[in-house]
Amino acid sequence: MEEARLMKGNEAFAHAAIRCGADGYFGYPITPQSEVMETLQVLKPWETTGMVVLQAESEVSAINMVYAGASCGKMVLTSSSSPGVSLKQEGVSYIAAGELPCLILNCMRGGPGLGTIQPSQADYFQSVKGGGHGDYHMIVLAPCSVQEMADFPSLAFELAFKYRNPVLMLTDGVVGQMMEKVVLPEPKPRRTMEEIVKQCPWATTGRMGRGSSNVMTTLELVPEKMEDRNTLLQEKYRLIEENEVRVEEYHLDDAEYAMVAFGSTARICKSACEMLRAEGIKVGVLRPITLFPFPKKQISDLAKKVKGFLTVEMSAGQMVEDVRLNVNGAKPVAFYGRQGGMIPSAEEIAESFKAQLLKK
Amino acid sequence: MKREIVIAGFGGQGVLSMGKTLAYAGLLQGKEVTWMPAYGPEQRGGTANVTVIVSDDPISSPLLQKYDIVVVLNQPSMDKFESKVKPGGVLIYDPNGMTRRPERKDIRVFEVPATKTAEEAGQQKVFNMFVLGGLLKIDQVVENDFVMLGLKKSLPERHHNLLPANEAALIKGGEIVKEIK
Repeated sequence: MEEARLMKGNEAFAHAAIRCGADGYFGYPITPQSEVMETLQVLKPWETTGMVVLQAESEVSAINMVYAGASCGKMVLTSSSSPGVSLKQEGVSYIAAGELPCLILNCMRGGPGLGTIQPSQADYFQSVKGGGHGDYHMIVLAPCSVQEMADFPSLAFELAFKYRNPVLMLTDGVVGQMMEKVVLPEPKPRRTMEEIVKQCPWATTGRMGRGSSNVMTTLELVPEKMEDRNTLLQEKYRLIEENEVRVEEYHLDDAEYAMVAFGSTARICKSACEMLRAEGIKVGVLRPITLFPFPKKQISDLAKKVKGFLTVEMSAGQMVEDVRLNVNGAKPVAFYGRQGGMIPSAEEIAESFKAQLLKK
Repeated sequence: MKREIVIAGFGGQGVLSMGKTLAYAGLLQGKEVTWMPAYGPEQRGGTANVTVIVSDDPISSPLLQKYDIVVVLNQPSMDKFESKVKPGGVLIYDPNGMTRRPERKDIRVFEVPATKTAEEAGQQKVFNMFVLGGLLKIDQVVENDFVMLGLKKSLPERHHNLLPANEAALIKGGEIVKEIK
Protein backbone atom coordinates (compact mmCIF):
# COMPACT_ATOMS: atom_id res chain seq x y z
CA MET A 1 0.00 0.00 0.00
CA GLU A 2 1.31 3.42 -0.96
CA GLU A 3 1.58 5.91 1.90
CA ALA A 4 -0.65 8.97 2.07
CA ARG A 5 1.01 12.10 0.71
CA LEU A 6 0.17 15.78 0.60
CA MET A 7 0.11 17.23 -2.89
CA LYS A 8 -1.75 19.42 -5.36
CA GLY A 9 -4.35 18.04 -7.73
CA ASN A 10 -2.14 18.90 -10.69
CA GLU A 11 0.81 17.09 -9.13
CA ALA A 12 -1.30 14.02 -8.34
CA PHE A 13 -2.50 13.95 -11.95
CA ALA A 14 1.10 13.95 -13.22
CA HIS A 15 2.12 11.14 -10.85
CA ALA A 16 -0.96 9.15 -11.85
CA ALA A 17 -0.27 9.58 -15.57
CA ILE A 18 3.12 7.93 -15.15
CA ARG A 19 1.75 5.25 -12.85
CA CYS A 20 -1.05 4.19 -15.20
CA GLY A 21 1.57 3.35 -17.81
CA ALA A 22 1.20 6.30 -20.16
CA ASP A 23 3.51 6.44 -23.17
CA GLY A 24 3.60 10.17 -23.71
CA TYR A 25 2.59 13.61 -22.48
CA PHE A 26 2.52 16.60 -24.82
CA GLY A 27 1.64 20.01 -23.43
CA TYR A 28 2.15 23.71 -23.30
CA PRO A 29 2.22 25.60 -19.98
CA ILE A 30 -0.70 27.69 -18.77
CA THR A 31 -1.94 28.66 -15.30
CA PRO A 32 -3.59 27.06 -13.33
CA GLN A 33 -2.31 23.68 -14.54
CA SER A 34 1.42 24.31 -15.10
CA GLU A 35 2.33 21.98 -12.21
CA VAL A 36 1.34 19.04 -14.41
CA MET A 37 4.30 19.43 -16.76
CA GLU A 38 6.53 20.80 -14.00
CA THR A 39 5.94 17.64 -11.96
CA LEU A 40 6.53 15.41 -14.97
CA GLN A 41 9.82 17.22 -15.64
CA VAL A 42 10.88 16.70 -12.03
CA LEU A 43 9.88 13.02 -12.01
CA LYS A 44 11.72 12.36 -15.33
CA PRO A 45 9.68 9.30 -16.33
CA TRP A 46 11.71 8.95 -19.55
CA GLU A 47 14.50 7.63 -17.32
CA THR A 48 12.28 5.05 -15.60
CA THR A 49 9.21 3.93 -17.56
CA GLY A 50 10.35 5.41 -20.86
CA MET A 51 7.37 7.77 -21.01
CA VAL A 52 7.94 10.79 -23.27
CA VAL A 53 7.33 14.25 -21.79
CA LEU A 54 7.45 17.00 -24.36
CA GLN A 55 6.76 20.72 -24.21
CA ALA A 56 5.37 21.48 -27.64
CA GLU A 57 5.63 24.89 -29.31
CA SER A 58 1.90 25.48 -28.88
CA GLU A 59 -1.35 23.85 -27.75
CA VAL A 60 -2.23 23.14 -31.39
CA SER A 61 1.01 21.27 -31.82
CA ALA A 62 0.52 19.36 -28.54
CA ILE A 63 -2.95 18.07 -29.45
CA ASN A 64 -1.72 16.97 -32.88
CA MET A 65 1.12 15.06 -31.22
CA VAL A 66 -1.56 13.37 -29.14
CA TYR A 67 -3.52 12.65 -32.34
CA ALA A 68 -0.46 11.01 -33.85
CA GLY A 69 0.49 9.07 -30.74
CA ALA A 70 -3.06 7.82 -30.29
CA SER A 71 -3.15 6.72 -33.94
CA CYS A 72 -0.24 4.41 -33.11
CA GLY A 73 -2.20 2.90 -30.21
CA LYS A 74 -0.06 4.69 -27.65
CA MET A 75 -1.42 5.82 -24.30
CA VAL A 76 -1.03 9.58 -24.67
CA LEU A 77 -2.28 12.67 -22.91
CA THR A 78 -2.22 16.44 -22.82
CA SER A 79 -3.32 19.07 -20.34
CA SER A 80 -4.19 22.73 -20.53
CA SER A 81 -6.54 25.40 -19.23
CA SER A 82 -9.52 27.04 -20.92
CA PRO A 83 -7.88 29.31 -23.54
CA GLY A 84 -5.40 26.56 -24.38
CA VAL A 85 -8.14 23.95 -24.59
CA SER A 86 -10.00 26.17 -27.06
CA LEU A 87 -6.90 26.04 -29.27
CA LYS A 88 -6.97 22.24 -29.13
CA GLN A 89 -10.55 21.88 -30.36
CA GLU A 90 -9.77 21.16 -34.01
CA GLY A 91 -7.51 18.32 -32.92
CA VAL A 92 -10.11 16.99 -30.52
CA SER A 93 -12.68 16.79 -33.31
CA TYR A 94 -10.20 14.84 -35.47
CA ILE A 95 -9.35 12.49 -32.60
CA ALA A 96 -13.05 11.85 -31.94
CA ALA A 97 -13.65 11.30 -35.68
CA GLY A 98 -10.72 8.91 -35.88
CA GLU A 99 -12.10 7.07 -32.82
CA LEU A 100 -8.81 7.39 -31.02
CA PRO A 101 -8.18 6.91 -27.31
CA CYS A 102 -6.49 9.70 -25.39
CA LEU A 103 -6.74 11.74 -22.21
CA ILE A 104 -7.12 15.52 -22.07
CA LEU A 105 -7.12 17.53 -18.84
CA ASN A 106 -8.83 20.91 -18.76
CA CYS A 107 -8.11 22.78 -15.53
CA MET A 108 -10.65 25.53 -16.17
CA ARG A 109 -10.13 29.23 -15.51
CA GLY A 110 -12.36 32.26 -15.86
CA GLY A 111 -13.24 33.29 -19.39
CA PRO A 112 -14.22 34.11 -22.06
CA GLY A 113 -11.10 35.21 -23.87
CA LEU A 114 -7.83 35.17 -21.99
CA GLY A 115 -9.91 35.87 -18.88
CA THR A 116 -8.56 35.30 -15.37
CA ILE A 117 -6.47 32.52 -13.89
CA GLN A 118 -8.97 31.77 -11.11
CA PRO A 119 -11.34 28.78 -11.09
CA SER A 120 -14.33 28.50 -13.41
CA GLN A 121 -16.68 25.88 -14.85
CA ALA A 122 -17.73 27.82 -17.90
CA ASP A 123 -16.29 25.26 -20.34
CA TYR A 124 -19.12 22.79 -19.66
CA PHE A 125 -20.80 23.39 -23.02
CA GLN A 126 -17.47 23.13 -24.84
CA SER A 127 -16.72 19.86 -23.06
CA VAL A 128 -20.00 17.98 -23.29
CA LYS A 129 -21.63 19.44 -26.39
CA GLY A 130 -18.51 19.35 -28.54
CA GLY A 131 -16.17 22.35 -28.69
CA GLY A 132 -14.90 21.28 -32.08
CA HIS A 133 -16.93 20.79 -35.24
CA GLY A 134 -19.18 17.86 -36.05
CA ASP A 135 -21.38 15.44 -34.13
CA TYR A 136 -19.04 13.96 -31.57
CA HIS A 137 -18.74 13.46 -27.84
CA MET A 138 -15.87 13.05 -25.47
CA ILE A 139 -16.34 11.04 -22.30
CA VAL A 140 -16.09 13.72 -19.61
CA LEU A 141 -15.01 12.96 -16.04
CA ALA A 142 -15.27 15.69 -13.38
CA PRO A 143 -12.97 15.08 -10.39
CA CYS A 144 -13.67 17.00 -7.17
CA SER A 145 -10.66 16.05 -5.05
CA VAL A 146 -6.93 15.46 -5.26
CA GLN A 147 -7.61 11.75 -4.74
CA GLU A 148 -9.84 11.70 -7.82
CA MET A 149 -7.15 13.55 -9.79
CA ALA A 150 -4.95 10.56 -8.95
CA ASP A 151 -7.60 7.88 -9.52
CA PHE A 152 -9.23 9.12 -12.72
CA PRO A 153 -6.36 8.95 -15.24
CA SER A 154 -6.35 5.17 -15.03
CA LEU A 155 -10.16 5.05 -15.37
CA ALA A 156 -9.97 7.55 -18.22
CA PHE A 157 -7.54 5.44 -20.24
CA GLU A 158 -9.56 2.30 -19.52
CA LEU A 159 -12.67 3.98 -20.97
CA ALA A 160 -10.69 5.61 -23.79
CA PHE A 161 -9.38 2.27 -25.05
CA LYS A 162 -12.62 0.39 -24.34
CA TYR A 163 -14.64 2.79 -26.52
CA ARG A 164 -11.83 4.14 -28.73
CA ASN A 165 -12.79 7.64 -27.68
CA PRO A 166 -11.10 10.73 -26.25
CA VAL A 167 -11.69 11.23 -22.53
CA LEU A 168 -11.63 14.66 -20.94
CA MET A 169 -10.98 15.25 -17.27
CA LEU A 170 -12.76 18.54 -16.59
CA THR A 171 -11.58 20.24 -13.46
CA ASP A 172 -10.75 23.73 -12.27
CA GLY A 173 -8.15 25.77 -10.41
CA VAL A 174 -9.54 24.77 -7.01
CA VAL A 175 -8.90 21.07 -7.53
CA GLY A 176 -5.70 21.68 -9.49
CA GLN A 177 -4.11 24.05 -6.96
CA MET A 178 -5.43 22.57 -3.72
CA MET A 179 -3.31 20.20 -1.65
CA GLU A 180 -4.98 17.26 0.05
CA LYS A 181 -4.17 13.83 1.32
CA VAL A 182 -3.74 11.42 -1.55
CA VAL A 183 -2.80 7.79 -1.94
CA LEU A 184 -1.30 7.31 -5.39
CA PRO A 185 -2.29 4.30 -7.49
CA GLU A 186 0.11 1.34 -7.73
CA PRO A 187 2.42 1.79 -10.74
CA LYS A 188 1.60 -0.25 -13.82
CA PRO A 189 4.20 -0.93 -16.51
CA ARG A 190 3.78 0.57 -19.99
CA ARG A 191 2.36 -1.89 -22.51
CA THR A 192 4.81 -3.71 -24.75
CA MET A 193 4.59 -3.31 -28.54
CA GLU A 194 3.05 -6.81 -28.74
CA GLU A 195 0.40 -5.83 -26.20
CA ILE A 196 -0.40 -2.63 -28.11
CA VAL A 197 -0.80 -4.54 -31.39
CA LYS A 198 -3.08 -7.04 -29.67
CA GLN A 199 -5.17 -4.39 -27.90
CA CYS A 200 -5.33 -2.01 -30.87
CA PRO A 201 -5.58 -3.99 -34.15
CA TRP A 202 -6.65 -0.71 -35.80
CA ALA A 203 -3.51 1.19 -34.85
CA THR A 204 -0.82 2.36 -37.27
CA THR A 205 1.85 0.20 -35.74
CA GLY A 206 3.37 -1.02 -39.00
CA ARG A 207 1.95 -4.19 -40.55
CA MET A 208 3.37 -6.47 -37.84
CA GLY A 209 2.62 -9.54 -39.96
CA ARG A 210 -0.81 -8.32 -41.07
CA GLY A 211 -1.58 -8.49 -44.80
CA SER A 212 -2.62 -4.85 -45.15
CA SER A 213 -1.66 -1.48 -43.73
CA ASN A 214 -3.82 0.41 -41.26
CA VAL A 215 -4.54 3.95 -42.40
CA MET A 216 -5.78 6.66 -40.07
CA THR A 217 -7.87 9.31 -41.74
CA THR A 218 -10.95 11.36 -40.92
CA LEU A 219 -11.56 12.37 -44.54
CA GLU A 220 -14.50 10.69 -46.28
CA LEU A 221 -15.72 12.51 -49.38
CA VAL A 222 -18.69 10.23 -50.09
CA PRO A 223 -21.55 11.56 -47.95
CA GLU A 224 -23.33 8.18 -47.80
CA LYS A 225 -20.23 6.65 -46.27
CA MET A 226 -19.74 9.63 -43.95
CA GLU A 227 -23.30 9.27 -42.73
CA ASP A 228 -22.63 5.60 -41.98
CA ARG A 229 -19.56 6.61 -39.96
CA ASN A 230 -21.65 9.13 -38.05
CA THR A 231 -24.31 6.52 -37.35
CA LEU A 232 -21.68 4.20 -35.91
CA LEU A 233 -20.34 7.04 -33.74
CA GLN A 234 -23.80 7.79 -32.43
CA GLU A 235 -24.39 4.10 -31.64
CA LYS A 236 -21.19 4.14 -29.63
CA TYR A 237 -22.28 7.25 -27.72
CA ARG A 238 -25.61 5.60 -26.84
CA LEU A 239 -23.69 2.57 -25.56
CA ILE A 240 -21.54 4.87 -23.42
CA GLU A 241 -24.69 6.58 -22.11
CA GLU A 242 -26.14 3.19 -21.14
CA ASN A 243 -23.06 1.87 -19.39
CA GLU A 244 -20.81 4.57 -18.06
CA VAL A 245 -22.86 7.06 -16.02
CA ARG A 246 -21.26 7.76 -12.66
CA VAL A 247 -22.62 9.93 -9.85
CA GLU A 248 -22.01 10.61 -6.19
CA GLU A 249 -25.06 10.98 -3.97
CA TYR A 250 -24.79 12.98 -0.75
CA HIS A 251 -27.65 12.89 1.79
CA LEU A 252 -30.18 12.21 -0.96
CA ASP A 253 -31.91 9.34 0.89
CA ASP A 254 -34.29 11.55 2.85
CA ALA A 255 -33.83 14.74 0.83
CA GLU A 256 -36.78 16.99 0.02
CA TYR A 257 -34.61 19.17 -2.20
CA ALA A 258 -31.57 18.40 -4.31
CA MET A 259 -28.58 20.47 -5.31
CA VAL A 260 -26.83 19.45 -8.52
CA ALA A 261 -23.21 20.45 -8.98
CA PHE A 262 -19.97 18.99 -10.30
CA GLY A 263 -16.31 19.26 -9.36
CA SER A 264 -15.21 21.68 -6.66
CA THR A 265 -18.62 23.37 -6.63
CA ALA A 266 -20.19 20.09 -5.50
CA ARG A 267 -17.97 20.16 -2.42
CA ILE A 268 -19.06 23.71 -1.60
CA CYS A 269 -22.67 22.54 -2.08
CA LYS A 270 -22.05 19.78 0.46
CA SER A 271 -21.07 22.45 2.99
CA ALA A 272 -24.18 24.46 2.08
CA CYS A 273 -26.21 21.29 2.48
CA GLU A 274 -24.75 20.76 5.97
CA MET A 275 -25.68 24.36 6.90
CA LEU A 276 -29.25 23.92 5.67
CA ARG A 277 -29.60 20.57 7.41
CA ALA A 278 -28.51 22.23 10.66
CA GLU A 279 -31.60 24.42 10.20
CA GLY A 280 -33.77 21.34 9.67
CA ILE A 281 -34.06 21.67 5.89
CA LYS A 282 -33.56 18.31 4.20
CA VAL A 283 -31.28 18.92 1.26
CA GLY A 284 -29.00 16.51 -0.59
CA VAL A 285 -26.41 16.85 -3.34
CA LEU A 286 -26.22 14.96 -6.62
CA ARG A 287 -22.74 15.20 -8.10
CA PRO A 288 -22.41 14.03 -11.69
CA ILE A 289 -18.97 12.42 -11.94
CA THR A 290 -19.48 11.83 -15.66
CA LEU A 291 -20.77 14.94 -17.46
CA PHE A 292 -20.95 12.97 -20.68
CA PRO A 293 -22.64 10.59 -20.28
CA PHE A 294 -24.92 12.86 -18.25
CA PRO A 295 -26.91 11.21 -15.42
CA LYS A 296 -30.24 11.67 -17.19
CA LYS A 297 -32.04 8.85 -15.40
CA GLN A 298 -30.74 9.83 -11.96
CA ILE A 299 -32.04 13.36 -12.46
CA SER A 300 -35.44 12.31 -13.80
CA ASP A 301 -35.83 9.75 -10.99
CA LEU A 302 -34.90 12.39 -8.44
CA ALA A 303 -37.50 14.73 -9.94
CA LYS A 304 -40.18 12.25 -8.86
CA LYS A 305 -38.92 12.39 -5.28
CA VAL A 306 -37.84 15.93 -4.40
CA LYS A 307 -39.76 19.22 -4.38
CA GLY A 308 -37.16 21.17 -6.31
CA PHE A 309 -33.59 21.54 -7.52
CA LEU A 310 -30.83 24.09 -7.22
CA THR A 311 -28.03 23.76 -9.78
CA VAL A 312 -24.83 25.53 -8.79
CA GLU A 313 -22.03 26.25 -11.23
CA MET A 314 -19.12 28.62 -11.68
CA SER A 315 -20.68 29.88 -14.89
CA ALA A 316 -23.75 31.79 -16.09
CA GLY A 317 -25.63 28.47 -16.10
CA GLN A 318 -24.67 25.70 -18.49
CA MET A 319 -25.20 22.28 -16.88
CA VAL A 320 -28.49 23.64 -15.54
CA GLU A 321 -29.86 23.28 -19.10
CA ASP A 322 -29.24 19.53 -18.96
CA VAL A 323 -30.75 19.33 -15.48
CA ARG A 324 -33.88 21.14 -16.71
CA LEU A 325 -34.05 18.92 -19.79
CA ASN A 326 -34.20 15.82 -17.62
CA VAL A 327 -36.42 17.23 -14.87
CA ASN A 328 -38.60 18.10 -17.86
CA GLY A 329 -40.79 20.60 -16.08
CA ALA A 330 -41.79 18.20 -13.30
CA LYS A 331 -40.27 20.36 -10.56
CA PRO A 332 -38.73 23.83 -10.32
CA VAL A 333 -35.02 24.00 -11.18
CA ALA A 334 -33.31 27.09 -9.78
CA PHE A 335 -29.79 28.20 -10.60
CA TYR A 336 -27.03 29.94 -8.69
CA GLY A 337 -23.69 30.79 -10.25
CA ARG A 338 -20.61 32.96 -10.00
CA GLN A 339 -18.53 33.86 -13.03
CA GLY A 340 -15.17 34.99 -14.29
CA GLY A 341 -13.06 33.28 -11.62
CA MET A 342 -15.26 34.03 -8.60
CA ILE A 343 -16.09 31.06 -6.37
CA PRO A 344 -19.49 30.77 -4.67
CA SER A 345 -19.38 30.41 -0.89
CA ALA A 346 -21.44 27.82 0.98
CA GLU A 347 -23.26 30.69 2.73
CA GLU A 348 -24.23 32.29 -0.60
CA ILE A 349 -25.49 28.97 -1.91
CA ALA A 350 -27.59 28.32 1.20
CA GLU A 351 -29.06 31.84 0.98
CA SER A 352 -29.83 31.45 -2.70
CA PHE A 353 -31.44 28.08 -2.04
CA LYS A 354 -33.74 29.58 0.59
CA ALA A 355 -34.57 32.63 -1.52
CA GLN A 356 -35.35 30.71 -4.69
CA LEU A 357 -36.85 27.44 -3.47
CA LEU A 358 -38.31 28.28 -0.06
CA LYS A 359 -39.14 31.90 -0.99
CA LYS A 360 -37.51 33.02 2.26
CA MET B 1 -12.31 18.03 15.83
CA LYS B 2 -12.26 20.44 12.93
CA ARG B 3 -10.22 23.64 12.62
CA GLU B 4 -10.70 26.11 9.82
CA ILE B 5 -7.67 28.36 9.51
CA VAL B 6 -6.47 31.14 7.24
CA ILE B 7 -2.90 32.44 7.20
CA ALA B 8 -2.29 35.73 5.40
CA GLY B 9 0.61 38.10 4.90
CA PHE B 10 3.11 39.43 2.38
CA GLY B 11 4.33 37.14 -0.38
CA GLY B 12 7.76 35.88 0.70
CA GLN B 13 6.88 35.67 4.41
CA GLY B 14 6.41 31.93 4.19
CA VAL B 15 2.62 32.04 4.48
CA LEU B 16 2.04 29.18 2.04
CA SER B 17 4.83 27.03 3.43
CA MET B 18 3.62 27.56 7.00
CA GLY B 19 0.20 26.35 5.87
CA LYS B 20 1.79 23.37 4.16
CA THR B 21 3.78 22.47 7.27
CA LEU B 22 0.57 22.58 9.30
CA ALA B 23 -1.38 20.52 6.77
CA TYR B 24 1.35 17.92 6.41
CA ALA B 25 1.61 17.53 10.19
CA GLY B 26 -2.16 17.00 10.27
CA LEU B 27 -1.91 14.34 7.58
CA LEU B 28 0.85 12.52 9.48
CA GLN B 29 -1.31 12.64 12.59
CA GLY B 30 -4.05 10.82 10.66
CA LYS B 31 -6.32 13.81 10.03
CA GLU B 32 -8.09 14.93 6.89
CA VAL B 33 -6.51 18.12 5.54
CA THR B 34 -6.96 20.66 2.75
CA TRP B 35 -4.56 23.45 1.77
CA MET B 36 -6.03 25.97 -0.63
CA PRO B 37 -3.90 28.95 -1.69
CA ALA B 38 -5.19 32.18 -3.13
CA TYR B 39 -3.26 31.68 -6.36
CA GLY B 40 -3.85 34.98 -8.12
CA PRO B 41 -0.95 36.75 -9.80
CA GLU B 42 0.85 36.93 -6.42
CA GLN B 43 4.38 38.22 -6.13
CA ARG B 44 6.98 39.02 -3.50
CA GLY B 45 5.74 42.02 -1.57
CA GLY B 46 2.14 41.43 -2.62
CA THR B 47 -0.37 39.72 -0.37
CA ALA B 48 -0.70 35.98 -0.10
CA ASN B 49 -3.04 33.76 1.86
CA VAL B 50 -3.82 30.12 2.34
CA THR B 51 -6.80 28.33 3.84
CA VAL B 52 -5.95 25.20 5.82
CA ILE B 53 -8.56 22.84 7.22
CA VAL B 54 -7.60 20.06 9.64
CA SER B 55 -10.42 17.70 10.53
CA ASP B 56 -11.21 14.25 11.90
CA ASP B 57 -13.90 13.85 9.21
CA PRO B 58 -13.89 14.23 5.41
CA ILE B 59 -13.80 17.90 4.38
CA SER B 60 -16.53 19.27 2.12
CA SER B 61 -15.69 22.77 0.93
CA PRO B 62 -11.99 23.67 0.96
CA LEU B 63 -12.97 27.36 0.71
CA LEU B 64 -14.47 29.33 3.57
CA GLN B 65 -16.02 32.66 4.51
CA LYS B 66 -15.42 32.43 8.29
CA TYR B 67 -12.53 30.90 10.20
CA ASP B 68 -11.83 29.47 13.65
CA ILE B 69 -8.28 30.81 13.54
CA VAL B 70 -7.01 33.78 11.52
CA VAL B 71 -3.26 34.48 11.36
CA VAL B 72 -2.36 37.86 9.86
CA LEU B 73 1.18 39.03 9.24
CA ASN B 74 0.60 42.44 7.66
CA GLN B 75 -1.90 45.28 7.83
CA PRO B 76 -3.75 44.58 4.55
CA SER B 77 -4.36 41.02 5.79
CA MET B 78 -5.62 42.31 9.16
CA ASP B 79 -7.99 44.66 7.33
CA LYS B 80 -9.25 41.86 5.11
CA PHE B 81 -9.59 39.04 7.61
CA GLU B 82 -10.40 40.52 11.04
CA SER B 83 -14.10 40.49 10.17
CA LYS B 84 -13.86 36.86 9.09
CA VAL B 85 -13.01 35.36 12.48
CA LYS B 86 -15.96 33.34 13.82
CA PRO B 87 -17.39 34.80 17.05
CA GLY B 88 -15.35 33.24 19.87
CA GLY B 89 -12.57 32.44 17.39
CA VAL B 90 -8.92 33.37 17.47
CA LEU B 91 -7.00 36.18 15.73
CA ILE B 92 -3.21 35.99 15.85
CA TYR B 93 -1.08 38.82 14.50
CA ASP B 94 2.51 39.92 14.32
CA PRO B 95 2.64 43.57 15.48
CA ASN B 96 5.52 44.32 13.10
CA GLY B 97 4.42 47.07 10.69
CA MET B 98 0.84 47.08 11.96
CA THR B 99 -0.72 50.52 12.12
CA ARG B 100 -3.75 49.56 14.18
CA ARG B 101 -4.87 46.99 16.74
CA PRO B 102 -7.74 44.57 16.08
CA GLU B 103 -11.09 46.05 17.06
CA ARG B 104 -13.29 42.99 17.54
CA LYS B 105 -14.41 42.33 21.14
CA ASP B 106 -16.16 38.98 20.48
CA ILE B 107 -12.98 37.08 19.61
CA ARG B 108 -9.72 36.15 21.35
CA VAL B 109 -6.77 38.22 20.10
CA PHE B 110 -3.15 37.16 20.38
CA GLU B 111 0.08 38.91 19.51
CA VAL B 112 3.14 36.99 18.36
CA PRO B 113 6.17 39.29 17.84
CA ALA B 114 7.75 36.83 15.42
CA THR B 115 9.53 39.35 13.16
CA LYS B 116 11.25 41.01 16.12
CA THR B 117 12.17 37.72 17.81
CA ALA B 118 13.46 36.18 14.59
CA GLU B 119 15.59 39.26 13.89
CA GLU B 120 17.06 39.30 17.39
CA ALA B 121 17.92 35.62 17.12
CA GLY B 122 19.25 36.05 13.58
CA GLN B 123 16.73 33.42 12.48
CA GLN B 124 14.70 35.28 9.86
CA LYS B 125 14.73 32.20 7.65
CA VAL B 126 12.49 30.33 10.06
CA PHE B 127 10.27 33.35 10.80
CA ASN B 128 7.10 31.45 9.98
CA MET B 129 7.94 28.71 12.47
CA PHE B 130 7.84 31.27 15.31
CA VAL B 131 4.34 32.15 14.14
CA LEU B 132 3.31 28.49 13.87
CA GLY B 133 4.71 27.84 17.35
CA GLY B 134 2.52 30.65 18.67
CA LEU B 135 -0.55 29.27 16.92
CA LEU B 136 -0.01 25.75 18.25
CA LYS B 137 0.51 27.06 21.78
CA ILE B 138 -2.95 28.66 21.68
CA ASP B 139 -4.65 25.74 19.95
CA GLN B 140 -2.87 22.41 19.57
CA VAL B 141 -4.38 21.78 16.12
CA VAL B 142 -1.55 19.31 15.51
CA GLU B 143 1.19 18.12 17.85
CA ASN B 144 4.64 19.71 17.59
CA ASP B 145 6.19 16.25 17.14
CA PHE B 146 4.24 15.78 13.92
CA VAL B 147 5.29 19.24 12.71
CA MET B 148 8.92 18.21 13.13
CA LEU B 149 8.32 14.80 11.55
CA GLY B 150 6.66 16.56 8.62
CA LEU B 151 9.60 18.90 8.16
CA LYS B 152 12.02 16.01 8.35
CA LYS B 153 10.10 14.15 5.66
CA SER B 154 9.55 17.12 3.35
CA LEU B 155 12.94 18.85 3.60
CA PRO B 156 15.65 17.48 1.33
CA GLU B 157 18.40 15.74 3.30
CA ARG B 158 20.90 18.53 2.51
CA HIS B 159 18.70 20.94 4.48
CA HIS B 160 18.29 18.71 7.54
CA ASN B 161 20.86 20.90 9.31
CA LEU B 162 18.04 23.49 9.50
CA LEU B 163 15.79 21.20 11.56
CA PRO B 164 17.13 22.27 14.99
CA ALA B 165 16.59 25.97 14.13
CA ASN B 166 13.04 25.17 13.06
CA GLU B 167 12.35 23.25 16.25
CA ALA B 168 13.81 26.02 18.41
CA ALA B 169 11.63 28.59 16.61
CA LEU B 170 8.56 26.40 17.08
CA ILE B 171 9.18 26.25 20.83
CA LYS B 172 10.15 29.91 21.13
CA GLY B 173 6.98 30.93 19.25
CA GLY B 174 4.96 29.27 22.01
CA GLU B 175 6.81 31.37 24.60
CA ILE B 176 6.42 34.78 22.95
CA VAL B 177 2.72 34.59 22.07
CA LYS B 178 0.52 36.55 24.46
CA GLU B 179 -3.17 37.28 24.69
CA ILE B 180 -4.24 40.91 24.22
CA LYS B 181 -7.17 41.85 26.42
